[in-house]
Amino acid sequence: MTDKAHLDIEYVSQLARLDLSAAEKEKLGSQLAAILEHFDALKAVDVSGVEPTAHAHAVENVWREGDRAGPVYDPEVLSSMAPESRDNQVVVPKVVE
Amino acid sequence: MEYDVVIGLEIHVQLKTRTKMFTAAPYAYGADPNTLIDPVVLGLPGTLPVLNHAAVEACAKLGLLLACEIAEVCKWDRKNYFYPDSPKNYQLTQNEQPLCLGGQVEIELPGTSRNIQGEHRLVKLNRIHLEEDPGKLTHTAFDTTIDFNRAGVPLAEIVTEPDLHSSEEAVAFLNALIHLIHYAGVSDCDMEKGQLRCDANVSLKPAGSKTLGTRTEMKNLNSISNVRAAIEYEIARQTELLDAGESITQETRRWSAENGTSSSLRSKEEAHDYRYFPDPDLMPVRMDRARVAELQAALPERPYDKQRRYQETLDLPFTLTSVLCPDPKLCTFFEEALELHPAPKVIANYIANDLLRELSASAAHGESALSISDCPLTPAHIAELAKLIENGVITKQIAKEVFTTMYQSGNMPAVIVEKEGLQQSDNSDEIEALCREAIAGNAKAVAQFKEGNAKALNALKGPVMKATKGQANPATLDQILRSLIQSEA
Repeated sequence: MTDKAHLDIEYVSQLARLDLSAAEKEKLGSQLAAILEHFDALKAVDVSGVEPTAHAHAVENVWREGDRAGPVYDPEVLSSMAPESRDNQVVVPKVVE
Repeated sequence: MEYDVVIGLEIHVQLKTRTKMFTAAPYAYGADPNTLIDPVVLGLPGTLPVLNHAAVEACAKLGLLLACEIAEVCKWDRKNYFYPDSPKNYQLTQNEQPLCLGGQVEIELPGTSRNIQGEHRLVKLNRIHLEEDPGKLTHTAFDTTIDFNRAGVPLAEIVTEPDLHSSEEAVAFLNALIHLIHYAGVSDCDMEKGQLRCDANVSLKPAGSKTLGTRTEMKNLNSISNVRAAIEYEIARQTELLDAGESITQETRRWSAENGTSSSLRSKEEAHDYRYFPDPDLMPVRMDRARVAELQAALPERPYDKQRRYQETLDLPFTLTSVLCPDPKLCTFFEEALELHPAPKVIANYIANDLLRELSASAAHGESALSISDCPLTPAHIAELAKLIENGVITKQIAKEVFTTMYQSGNMPAVIVEKEGLQQSDNSDEIEALCREAIAGNAKAVAQFKEGNAKALNALKGPVMKATKGQANPATLDQILRSLIQSEA
């Protein structure tokens, strides 16, 4: 992945649903490649024998007891944020053929 | 060419908690669109998820009943994807360290007929992990609409090993699994309401080969009959391709119940590059071993263990246990009645036949049968009815009448018998007089009986039973008839 040629900006922008111009692809592509290069520096560190860490703090079992219902939004809150809505549902372009 | 079929299932089960997996917004099926949403459900900036402990408990309980090992620690991962059913562009799931590991489910293969018990075997599970349900998309002819009510509902995803080998086995597995989930009480498993959904992975390999073939994944299987049909279709499709020397493409396929066919799901959104990483907002869960032991100790008896116990220690036939044992509520009803009067066969018969018949009959037109919890009768009704028969107070024939009356009125059977004067008649004088009439009126039957045809006696019993409205004690009647005919000879 750290090989510059390996960063497929077309594929990444498609996954991210971003319609990038050729200039943007050039600019962002090289920036992302630089970020990936930084991982090479990280990869060079010897971490054998270090346990993988998901969190900096060793906190466990943070949860909500009681399963009691809390407040909800009115459906209009969502409709007002959506570019298009119908019958309180968000409308998006058709996603399956 | 002969092929071995290899099937693995992934089953998503909505856990019956009141609130969502990572926020306190409630969930209920059928609510108006987008009325069960809050900032966490919508993934608004700055919101943080907080785990619902009830979902972890429910999943652990299910895992233990499915003989899984409960992990010491489980963690949360983000599964990144871009699809409008998720407002935050990732799904919270457990990829690396799921809550439940391994496990197995006992299944029963179809017997040679409905009344015959089939072979049992154990199907291996890979894991059960927790994740959140996405929102619900509705595709119209022109666009797609989104309802986020379902988003964030806790799901247990049960993943089998590729340990199933036919559509029958897959169906048997699903049925056994649904019974177990009902016993655990963690979901209603109503497939029509999306509470249980099944994906099937199917591959073929040359018979006896050790190497697995290329598999396809079938989605959108929302009923047991769809699971059966989709798997059978896929086996036939792959067989045809392989026989023609072609190869199988690894792909996701969508089953269409209307057409009875599946098609490749060439959605642009199906990029399988989920870039899982540990969710930084959620802390790991360390399962308290004392609590796990408590859950283990409180597990219900598994359905097939119960069935074996009923058959071996209560001597109930398969035809009754196969009706009672899948439904924990029926079993509780049965066992409560049994506590009051130890007549397993009579009581099981009344529940499995008469009671279930009345429950389906009293359902309104087009609705599904009433459940035992809506039943107007209590275990005490059935126990008392069985006792009245056993003590000779009423005949079995009268008991049918009493059953109907008590189902309609809810009155106790002893009260009905008393009020309507249905007690069995042991009045030998009355019975003898009626027997003499019957013998005089049917010389043919008498002659046949004398010639050794024991069944001919029934023709003589009939009129007596009719005259006494079924109340004549059958034993007394039999005895009187025989002695009268013998004394005639």
